[in-house]
Amino acid sequence: MLNDITLGQYFPGNSPIHRMDPRMKLILTIVYIVGVFMVSNLPGYAIALAFLYLVVRVSGISFKYLVKGIKPLRFILIFTFVLNLFFVEGETVLLSLGFVRITKEALENAVFFALRLVFLVMGTSVLTLTTSPIRLTDGLERLMKPLQRFHFPAHELAMMMTIALRFIPTLLEETDKIKKAQMARGADFESGNLIARAKAMIPLLVPLFVSAFRRANDLAMAMEARCYRGGDHRTRLRELKYTRLDLYGLLATAAFIAVIIAEGKLLG
Amino acid sequence: MSIVIEKLNYVYMAGGPYETHALRDVNLTIEDGEFVGLIGHTGSGKSTLVQHLNGLLMPTSGRILVDGMDLADKDTDRRAVRQRVGLVFQYPENQLFEETVEKDIAFGPKNLGLGEEEIARRVRDAMRRVALDYDTLHERSVFELSGGQMRRVAIAGVLAMEPQVLVLDEPCAGLDPRGREEILSLIRGLHSECGTTIVMVSHSMDDVASLAERVIVMNKGGVFMDGAPREVFSRGEELRAIGLDVPQAVQLAQKLRDRGFDVPQGVYRIEEIKAVIEGIAGKGEKHA
Repeated sequence: MLNDITLGQYFPGNSPIHRMDPRMKLILTIVYIVGVFMVSNLPGYAIALAFLYLVVRVSGISFKYLVKGIKPLRFILIFTFVLNLFFVEGETVLLSLGFVRITKEALENAVFFALRLVFLVMGTSVLTLTTSPIRLTDGLERLMKPLQRFHFPAHELAMMMTIALRFIPTLLEETDKIKKAQMARGADFESGNLIARAKAMIPLLVPLFVSAFRRANDLAMAMEARCYRGGDHRTRLRELKYTRLDLYGLLATAAFIAVIIAEGKLLG
Repeated sequence: MSIVIEKLNYVYMAGGPYETHALRDVNLTIEDGEFVGLIGHTGSGKSTLVQHLNGLLMPTSGRILVDGMDLADKDTDRRAVRQRVGLVFQYPENQLFEETVEKDIAFGPKNLGLGEEEIARRVRDAMRRVALDYDTLHERSVFELSGGQMRRVAIAGVLAMEPQVLVLDEPCAGLDPRGREEILSLIRGLHSECGTTIVMVSHSMDDVASLAERVIVMNKGGVFMDGAPREVFSRGEELRAIGLDVPQAVQLAQKLRDRGFDVPQGVYRIEEIKAVIEGIAGKGEKHA
C-alpha cells in the first residue's frame, strides 16, 4: 500500500539520460524549474509538455509511469485549483451562486497554477527516476563543494542525504510491517474521526521510532568500525566526468528556455 | 474451522519496474487442529501466503475461505477473521509499543471491544500460556525486558485474542538456543493442550521435524511438496535441489547407511535416530 509512491524512486536503466552526469542533471533540472516558472500563458505549457515528452522518451521511462507519480499529490492539486477558482478576482463572470462567484480569469488561473505544479513534479521526477540516489548525492556534494570555503558542511550534508534516502524504503517497509502486525491484533487505521485516527497512529509510530533509533545506532557503529571520519581527504570510487551527453542535454534545455522566452514575448 | 485456499495468485507492485509474482496458483486446505510446518527458501512466498490467511493481503486472483467466510469479499468482517486467525510476524517484539506489558497484551482484546474483566482474564491467561509471571512482570515496561521475554509478550498479545488458528512466521528467528527451546515448547503446548491449529513458518528443518504433523514446502511461489514429515524428508535430493536441507537426524541416518549400517528408511526425528544408534551400539557390545 505504501509502494505506490513514484516520487523519489529510481527506475534502473541505461538510457542517455541515465548516463548523464548527475551534476549536469541537477543544474538542468533547476533550469527547467526556472523555465516552467517563466511560462506566462497556457499555450506555453504545450512547449513544456513537448520538451518533457522528448526527455521522457529518451530516458525509456513510460510516460504513464510518470503521470502515475502525480497521484499522491492529487489533494494538493485539487486544493490549489479550488483555492484559485474561488478566490481570484475577475471580471467575466461564468457562474454565480449566492456569494460564490466563478470568473473566467479565476478558472484560467486555477488551471494555470495546477499545471505549473504538475510540470514541476513531473520534471523533477525525471531527475530522481533516472539518477540513483548515490549518484544524486554525489552530484550534490560536488556542486556544493565551492561553499566549503565558507565552512559549509557539503560532505556531511551529502552523507546525511545519502543515508536518509537509503533508509526511506527500509522505513516504509518497516512501517508496512508494523501496521500489518497491529492490524493482525485488530487495530483499525482506516475508520473513525480525526482524533480517533490520530490516536490509532500511536501503535504505529512508537515501534517505528524505536526501530529507527536502533538502526541509526547500528549504522553509526558500523561506520565507525570502518574508520569513517568525515569528508577530509576522502577519495572516491567513481569520479564524475562530463561527457558529450551532458553537452546535448545542456543544448536541449537551452533551446527549451529560448522557445519559452520567445513564446512569452510573442503571445504575452 | 478450516482454511481453504483456491487458485491463489498474488502479484507485488503490478506494472512497476519491480513487479514480482509472489504466489502462483496455490491450492491448500488446512484442517482444524492440524500442525503445519511451512518451509521454503527466502522469497519462496511463505510470508506472502501467511499474510493472506487473515486478510492482511488481498489475493490478486483466487480465493480464501476461513470458516466459510470469503476473505476477498469486501463485506467480510475483517476483525472477526483476525480474531479467529492470529498472526505472529517475524521479530514480533518490534511491534510492542505500550508503557507496560499488561497494556500491550491488552491491545488486541481491547480492539475486539471486550469488557474490562474479560480483558484482564485474557491477559493473565495469555501470560500464563507463554510462561511469563503476571505478578512480577505486568507493570514492567516492555522495553526493559530481555529479547526472549519481549518475544513472548508479543506472542501473548496475539494469544489474548484467543484465535483458533495461530500462524507464526519464523517464531525462533534470532533467539539463542534456550529462548528457541522455550518458544518451541510453548507452541507445542498450545497445540496439544488447547487444540489450536498451528501454521509455523520456519527455516529450520529440525524445528519443523520435531513439531509438525504435516509439512508444506514452497518454491517459487507454488506448493512444491505437501505431506507427512516422514514422506517429505525422505525426498532429500529434491529438497536440496531447491536450496533446502533435511533435518540433522535424516542427514545422520544417511551417513550411517553409507557406512553400511542398517538404518530403516523414513527416520527423521532426533529420538528415532537415537533409538537406532542405541540399537546399533547394543549389538556391537554383544559381538565384543
